[in-house]
Amino acid sequence: MEKIDREKVQEILNQYQDRPVYIHVEITSGVYADHLDENIFNAGTFLRNIQVEFVQGAIRGGRNGQYRVGLKLVNGGWIYVLGLTHYVINENDEFIMHGFDHEGKLASALEISSNEFFK
Amino acid sequence: MEKERHVLVVFPHPDDEAFGVSGTIMKYIDSGVPVTYACLTYGDMGRSLGYPPFATRESLHEIRKQEVEKSARIMKLTDLRLLGYRDKTLEFEQPGHLASVIKSLIDELNTSRIISFYPGYSVHPDHEATAEAIVGAVKDMAPEKRPALQLVAFDKDTLEDLGDPDIINDITGYEDRKEEVMAAHISQTGPLLKRLAADTVEGQETREAYLKLEQFYSYDID
Ligand SMILES: [Zn+2]
Repeated sequence: MEKIDREKVQEILNQYQDRPVYIHVEITSGVYADHLDENIFNAGTFLRNIQVEFVQGAIRGGRNGQYRVGLKLVNGGWIYVLGLTHYVINENDEFIMHGFDHEGKLASALEISSNEFFK
Repeated sequence: MEKERHVLVVFPHPDDEAFGVSGTIMKYIDSGVPVTYACLTYGDMGRSLGYPPFATRESLHEIRKQEVEKSARIMKLTDLRLLGYRDKTLEFEQPGHLASVIKSLIDELNTSRIISFYPGYSVHPDHEATAEAIVGAVKDMAPEKRPALQLVAFDKDTLEDLGDPDIINDITGYEDRKEEVMAAHISQTGPLLKRLAADTVEGQETREAYLKLEQFYSYDID
């Protein structure tokens, strides 16, 4: 993966606009977070193989290499992910954005693909 | 360690076998006991994607599959079953489903001892779902037919609630191979391997913790 280049990521987002796409969205503190540090509140989510269509997708931020992506959906809904740092288009043509925390562990993910992700 | 007909190891994640159990697995295998490792998921939702990251959420599945296959080769374990459930979702399967999957493994393999996680003391929801499935599978069997349960507990309250572990296996002589097993899971174990190799007090403590003894609790269904 490469560090996010805002212009390149914006260009890729534009390619997925105005047509049905599958997404994977994930935010996670890790299941072990409060086992290792009692001050942490465990929270997380993942949504996988959700089909959406967005009419506008934008990347914002960039302070300390951390970005936000928002997708405005055709039905007026939204997808919002905070804390993205890296991106790649893999061999299956899946557009993958990940956010790695200070330990190098995955904290957030937004993935967009024309085809379903594996199950 | 007694002579067993068959030992069934059940864990939800590739690498669960590495830290507290692989020495015991190798000792059984080297003494001629047939061992099966049933690994329920590919660990494909893990937060560690390598140190520094070399995987993605999408590639982790195949990488961890190869890692657990390598771990099995190092342990000379020939019966590795990858059941392919999605990481993090075990507790949401239909109640009783996983227990019936475990029960059919016990029946097929004529298992006399199961190594897995201890219910209520294994921290991760997938670990707890696995422990619950083991207990569910065994409790419906006639008491004299039940395999012995040898379980791993590592919750903070373990010592206080359960006391000292009653099964302690000395894995002297297996230090190098156990380290290789942990190294096989390189997407997950980078920092741990560094600590193991460190010529420091912390390094010494880490080697003591992982490479000397493996500790378990017996679990009685009734
Ligand atoms: Zn695990």
